Amino acid sequence: MSFAQSWDFTPGARVVVDDLGKCSREYEWLEEPYVSPDGETVARVAALPDAEFSMAVGGEVWEETFDKIWYPRFSPDGRLTALVQSAGEWTMAVDGQAWETQFGYIWGTLFSESGDVIAAPIQADGQYGLAVDGQPWETLYENANQVLLSRDGKATAAVIQAKSLAQADIETFQQGIFSVAVNGEAWDAVFVNCWNPAFDATASRVAATVRRTLYDYTIAVDGKAWDGAYACAWGPVFNPATGQVAAPVRKAGAWGMAIDDRMAWEPRFAQLWQQAYTPDGGKLAAIAAVKFGEFTVVVDGAPWGVTFPVVTDLTVSPVGGRIAALGNAHNTDFAVLCDGKVWPGRYDMAWPPVWSPDGAHLAVAVERGGRFTVVCDGKAYPQSFDKCFAPAFSPDGTKVLIRAVADNKLHRIVAPVAAFTG
Amino acid sequence: MHALYDLAVGPLAWLAFGVFIIGSVYRLLAMRALALRKDGAFVAYVSWPHAFKSLAHWFTPFGALGWRENPGVTIATFIFHICLFLVPLFLMGHIVLFDTFRGWSWPALPDGAADVLAIVVVVICAYFLWRRLSVPEVRFVTSAQDVLVVSLVGLTFLTGVLAYHRIGDNLVLTTLHILSGEAMLVAIPFTRLSHMLFGVFSRGYIASEFGSVRHAKDW
Amino acid sequence: MSTIADRLIEDEGLRRGVSRLTPEKIEKVFKELIAGECGARLKTYVESCVRCGMCAKACHYYMSHKDPSYTPVAKVSQTMWRLLAAGGRVEPQVIYECAQVAYTECNLCRRCIHYCPLGIDTGYIISVVRRLCHKLGVTPQYIQDTAHSHSAVLNQMWVKDDEWPDTLQWQEEEAREEFPGLRIPLDVEGADFMYSVIAPEPKFRTQLIYQAAAIFNAAGLNWTMPATPGWDNSNMAMFTGDSEIMSRVERAHYETAQRLRVKRIVMGECGHAFRAVYDVANRWLGWKWHPVPVVHSVEFFWELIQQGRIKITHKYADPVTIHDPCNIIRGRGLMDKLREVTHFLCENVVEMSPNREHNYCCCAGGGVINCGPPFKNVRIVGNSIKAEQLRATGVHTLVAPCHNCHGGLEDIISKFGLGMHTKFLGDLIYELMEKPEAE
Ligand code: HEM
Ligand code: HEM
Ligand code: SF4
Ligand code: SF4
Repeated sequence: MSFAQSWDFTPGARVVVDDLGKCSREYEWLEEPYVSPDGETVARVAALPDAEFSMAVGGEVWEETFDKIWYPRFSPDGRLTALVQSAGEWTMAVDGQAWETQFGYIWGTLFSESGDVIAAPIQADGQYGLAVDGQPWETLYENANQVLLSRDGKATAAVIQAKSLAQADIETFQQGIFSVAVNGEAWDAVFVNCWNPAFDATASRVAATVRRTLYDYTIAVDGKAWDGAYACAWGPVFNPATGQVAAPVRKAGAWGMAIDDRMAWEPRFAQLWQQAYTPDGGKLAAIAAVKFGEFTVVVDGAPWGVTFPVVTDLTVSPVGGRIAALGNAHNTDFAVLCDGKVWPGRYDMAWPPVWSPDGAHLAVAVERGGRFTVVCDGKAYPQSFDKCFAPAFSPDGTKVLIRAVADNKLHRIVAPVAAFTG
Repeated sequence: MHALYDLAVGPLAWLAFGVFIIGSVYRLLAMRALALRKDGAFVAYVSWPHAFKSLAHWFTPFGALGWRENPGVTIATFIFHICLFLVPLFLMGHIVLFDTFRGWSWPALPDGAADVLAIVVVVICAYFLWRRLSVPEVRFVTSAQDVLVVSLVGLTFLTGVLAYHRIGDNLVLTTLHILSGEAMLVAIPFTRLSHMLFGVFSRGYIASEFGSVRHAKDW
Repeated sequence: MSTIADRLIEDEGLRRGVSRLTPEKIEKVFKELIAGECGARLKTYVESCVRCGMCAKACHYYMSHKDPSYTPVAKVSQTMWRLLAAGGRVEPQVIYECAQVAYTECNLCRRCIHYCPLGIDTGYIISVVRRLCHKLGVTPQYIQDTAHSHSAVLNQMWVKDDEWPDTLQWQEEEAREEFPGLRIPLDVEGADFMYSVIAPEPKFRTQLIYQAAAIFNAAGLNWTMPATPGWDNSNMAMFTGDSEIMSRVERAHYETAQRLRVKRIVMGECGHAFRAVYDVANRWLGWKWHPVPVVHSVEFFWELIQQGRIKITHKYADPVTIHDPCNIIRGRGLMDKLREVTHFLCENVVEMSPNREHNYCCCAGGGVINCGPPFKNVRIVGNSIKAEQLRATGVHTLVAPCHNCHGGLEDIISKFGLGMHTKFLGDLIYELMEKPEAE
């Protein structure tokens, strides 16, 4: 990841903010802290006197204040965004600068992989679409949801409502009023429903799950539906190498994986979802229930030997074709699953696994008994904190950046992988 | 008639018991397999401690809401079902037959008591039939099969009583009794009488759902 | 004897649905359904039901009409038995009748399980009939519209993605007038619990969100509400028979809680939503238990009271009675906690009879109220027994911790002139709680 190149990866621990409650202005309260990806600063919504709001970044309050502010998020390149309202109109503020265009509402900020493009779904005069770096789609729709921004930031898409619907008009609905719009332009085809649009690797094609009637689910690619009809289907993904489309589909009461409308994994699972290709397209992995109540990871149709009542957060490595996920027992006893093996630790909670850029190491933020730490390759960092944010690896994959809060201070620790000994 | 009687106490009796036992086992196993195949997301919750606790309530007269709200049926059905097992199993006339043919014997009910209980069953069958035909909510759902199974049970007991009291042609009635008793046994696995086989499981299953998932009683 | 055929009600959805059917089509769909989705439960129930009629008195419809065609077993005989006997080859009109019985004359309240000695789950059989009607496209218009809404926006009332956070922020702002510094924390990762509600709350009953926020704020809790779809826990698709949409909605709900890394989901005072999340959709999705534990408000308030986190200035003085909502009593066993909470809040609690697990349904649940105006009278007249039960308590305040119950009971109260008003526990707590001095 290029933007991490500039971060400080000198091993050692630093206190970067010595008082999280620090604020350059008088305030009523400060909201939850958000830490920048490089771990160098922290941002909190600051409620100022007289119902004014702004962001306090490292304790410095933005010059501009707003009537409302929410959803503070750092983009991967370190810019701080927040959704702000002034005089009844909403927009995005980036590093304290509000976009010029204002909207009726704005939510759900999206970033491109490198953080250079910022987009968000917007509503303007009751019409819906996306705005990219402040620029709304030319055509807006009666509704737009399930929005996405491509990894390269070049394209946006959303499920849109193409036709109006009167109250309780079930007939029109069943004739199909939904479609997918890419960069604001809707597919020609309409469906009863469209769900979970996904881009291919180059953001030139879009696939989505669709329902042609109330009972007939399938996948549509660029507006053209597969022939096959399935009892149900979850969201599709593209193979980054071949452009094939894979989606979990339900047949005769069980789930299997269809690739380009052919059953690639026979329907024999009680559940199958969250499939992901490795970046080279070589492997397809998914979370599956091999039996009722027994979940695991399935790679190319073959389940791992270990099951958990719940499995989440399937993550594939950037290179090397490795796969990780989290297992838990009804939201307790979290475990990290990596390449079919289970790490020994059990936690009250675990956060999504993070791969090193070379795919050699895996780090996970975990919590036990209210104390947080980071576990790398199965071994915990010896120190625990009040809170840990997502860990990150140095570009060479040998060091882990730990961003943590303890004693009301923000700690920034760069630890070599060998420092994880627990 | 003698030939028919011999047929009834001999080969037909074997056949009836065979069909009843093998049929019952087959139906239970087949239903279990079906449940595991098609109702996996429900069978998974079966919990015997909860099932037994609930069954204990349901096997107690007035131990469940449904019993308390239907006192007439409750009294009738408990007496009916108890006698249904008690009388044929501990009837001197039956034990004698087992003794004669197989050399098996066990204590019997006093004849007088068995007689009274058998007559009670006949009366309750008549009551059940009356309900079927005149209580509106029962009549609404009664089909020929329902009338048939009560009649079959009633007929078996009635003919038994008549034979015992030597009312009518004894050979004819005894033969009729045996034939209807055999028909009843054969009917158990394959008609509504299969509630004998499945009843504890359907109750046990729902009791498990209530007990382990819903944390509420089902009685 | 009268049957369902004698009381058909015109509904656009049902009418249009049957107009597209033929006996052949019905037969095909029925056979596929039985072969594909029905197993030992349906078979055992249908075969071993001894037609004893003991379940009649379980059902409030029967107790209100005293008409034999309203007993639980009669509902099954007029639908499933009839279909099975014909191998599914029936005239479209029969499907109209089946649909009306299944969607509007049974609340899936499970009271009859307490009456049937064989433990037959009539509610389950009726849901299979609904599943068939869904697959045949014969569903009442209004409830079908809510199922459509679930499919399109993942909530019941066509609430769009912006309207939800906007409404929460508006409620937060309002509440700050009364409780300075109050927050409705949106999308806060790692909070102790995610609070979820049904879509009618942001749409019509924003006061309930306000009250919940006031209570959680006063109790000093670490909570959050999602800013994304997945916030609505209601589920009418479960009641139309559209299991696929039902599960899509609940998958989003659970995955939202998982994404937010909360320890638990706390659900507002709704019964059917609880059933969908706690008992039904998790199974279809393959989870035996709950991927994130789900707690109903009744239980949550009880916990807060145990921990001394709810402080009231005085008790509610007027006598109150308690309605036990099927889906959290027969569905979750919260009868004791409901009583403890009510007694904590009220001076004088008059029990109605029967109560607890044996309470009569409100007749709105199971999606019946969502079938809309054409069937409104069905559920009011069909529950005169409830009116008698309420009247006998002699009180004027009715505690009912469920949305459907509220709607249904209010209609019954006004129709039968009972002079009562219904309250959520949240209403009472909010009314009685210590509030900051108004300046
Ligand atoms: C294999 C079939 C059966 C045979 C061979 C058989 C045989 C007999 C015989 C020989 C008697 C005595 C009649 C007499 O004293 O003259 C009798 C009586 C009776 N049997 Fe059966 N029986 C059979 C099945 C059943 C069944 C299945 C039932 C009921 C469930 C039943 C109920 C009775 C009753 C109630 C009496 C009369 C008792 C009394 O009034 O004291 N029998 N049976
Ligand atoms: C463990 C075994 C059994 C259990 C738990 C059981 C239970 C029940 C129950 C709960 C009822 C419904 C209540 C009623 O209407 O009376 C019933 C009805 C009935 N049972 Fe059984 N039963 C059993 C065995 C049998 C057997 C072996 C027979 C006869 C062969 C039988 C014949 C009947 C009949 C004819 C009825 C219907 C009464 C009516 O027409 O209303 N039962 N049984
Ligand atoms: S409404 Fe309730 S009592 Fe009546 S049949 Fe349905 S589930 Fe049974
Ligand atoms: S109580 Fe049970 S066995 Fe009797 S008629 Fe009703 S459903 Fe059938």
